[in-house]
Amino acid sequence: MSTDSTIMLRRNFKHTVRNPVTVFNAILFPIVLLLMFVYVIGGAFDVGVKYVEYVTPGIIILTICYGLSATAVAVNSDMAKGIINRFKVMDISRSAVLNAQVVATVLRSLVAIAAIIGVAFAMGFRPHASFPEWLGAIGLIALVSFATSWITVALGLAAKTAESAGMAAVPLILLPFLSSAIVPAQTMVAGVRQFAEYQPFTPIIETLRGLLTGEPSASKAITAVAWCAGIALVGYLWSLATFTKRA
Amino acid sequence: MSNSAIAASGLRKAYKDKIVLDGIDLDVEKGTVFSLLGPNGAGKTTTVNVLTTLIKADGGTARVAGHDVATETKAVRAAIGVTGQFAAVDELLTGQENLQLMADLKRLGSGEAKRVVTDLLERFDLTESARKLASTYSGGMRRKLDLAMTLVDRPEIIFLDEPTAGLDPRSRRTMWEIIRQLVAGGVTIFLTTQYLDEADRLADRIAVLDQGHLVAQGTPSELKRQIPGSHVRLRFAGDFEIETAMRLLPDATRDDEDDLILRVPSDGGAKSVRALLNELDAESIEVEEFSVHTPDLDDVFLALTGHASTKENAR
Repeated sequence: MSTDSTIMLRRNFKHTVRNPVTVFNAILFPIVLLLMFVYVIGGAFDVGVKYVEYVTPGIIILTICYGLSATAVAVNSDMAKGIINRFKVMDISRSAVLNAQVVATVLRSLVAIAAIIGVAFAMGFRPHASFPEWLGAIGLIALVSFATSWITVALGLAAKTAESAGMAAVPLILLPFLSSAIVPAQTMVAGVRQFAEYQPFTPIIETLRGLLTGEPSASKAITAVAWCAGIALVGYLWSLATFTKRA
Repeated sequence: MSNSAIAASGLRKAYKDKIVLDGIDLDVEKGTVFSLLGPNGAGKTTTVNVLTTLIKADGGTARVAGHDVATETKAVRAAIGVTGQFAAVDELLTGQENLQLMADLKRLGSGEAKRVVTDLLERFDLTESARKLASTYSGGMRRKLDLAMTLVDRPEIIFLDEPTAGLDPRSRRTMWEIIRQLVAGGVTIFLTTQYLDEADRLADRIAVLDQGHLVAQGTPSELKRQIPGSHVRLRFAGDFEIETAMRLLPDATRDDEDDLILRVPSDGGAKSVRALLNELDAESIEVEEFSVHTPDLDDVFLALTGHASTKENAR
């Protein structure tokens, strides 16, 4: 069964190579955000540390989320075309197409994030993470990407058109802004603050920030991983149910 | 029943309160072409979807290649190939990559895959475009690539859902030629179409589907015996002319929709048409318009169901 998925992944890889705009876009927009927040807006923020140190983990998570709308559109247009029915009447693993989309999305965001970290370095970002902490950070990034991809695949499958699929991913892109990605949650007005403190992206970003600054917090990490596992499970089950229903 | 490639009895399917299939019985002999003929919305695609395991029927049973479509989906899928109404090709892959993808999914060894892919590209006249993206292909080329993808692992039963819809006449003829070659190779074909002439040319047996019911089944010639033959339509300037003409031509009937038009049974051949016009000319009856009408799907429907096909169903 895994080979069906790898064959499909090769298909997605070719799609990405044929349409490199997706990758450029996934890299370019977060870089612009990073530059803007550090050089234009961030000067006015007092976050206790050098702003580029504070915001880079937030931008990394934003990069993951920003790349999702391309996945939602790709999943949806796959379903809209006849090709999916061809796969369905062949004796192949039902989830192979979806698995491939998820793995392709994770790989794409890892590439984009590597580029972001490179740019952040050039801007003075100096993480104090040890080697195991780096591994933990990369693992967390992959996990977040994996979990949000499954939710996105479900959204893409549930949407009626490619346009609405792209729109369906927008809340996921906005959520990190309402977390401690850009500024600490304590600085927000009541209401927004509570939302920011309890939504999944705050513990995720705090965990990543902790790992990269060399001060990881186990309790936040557990919350972050639990959120990711929950999101992944819901997304996976929802995706499979929608996929089976859409004949 | 061992000689049946496809056997269905009492297939039923409804979406919410709309009944799409209302008890369909089919029996398709191995190595033959079976055509399901019907207008849009008759339930052709639903029938194909049930027989190809894409959707489950609400009632009835169907066996394809000897396997039950509801309980032995794996075995059914391994035996069939499907080319749907909308070209199921990956537009971001080249023609060759599309075929290679199928070969990979069917786990053909690399040597065999290469041979099969090259062979199919050649057979479908796609070798020159093999390295171009499928998104640059014309409609006819896409259909050919689509069918080639279906043939990668030599399925014993092929479902073709309106394989020529939207194709230009030349591509249609190419497609017909390919279908004939497949049958010559011993494949069973289940073909749906809206075109009587297509079913007539290709099928050994035709079943006519109307609003979820099979209204007729038989060989093309059996079916055609049930429908009115070709006729000549004559349009006259006024009532006087048409009445004179009717006295002259006892077989003629007035058209239901336009009372200045007469329908005269005729084989449509040049000789009989000339004789008919000469006859009218001798009486100095002016014919304003003239056309030869050969039976089409509408006539089949009118004859078999008492109502017209597409227009009635669209309402």
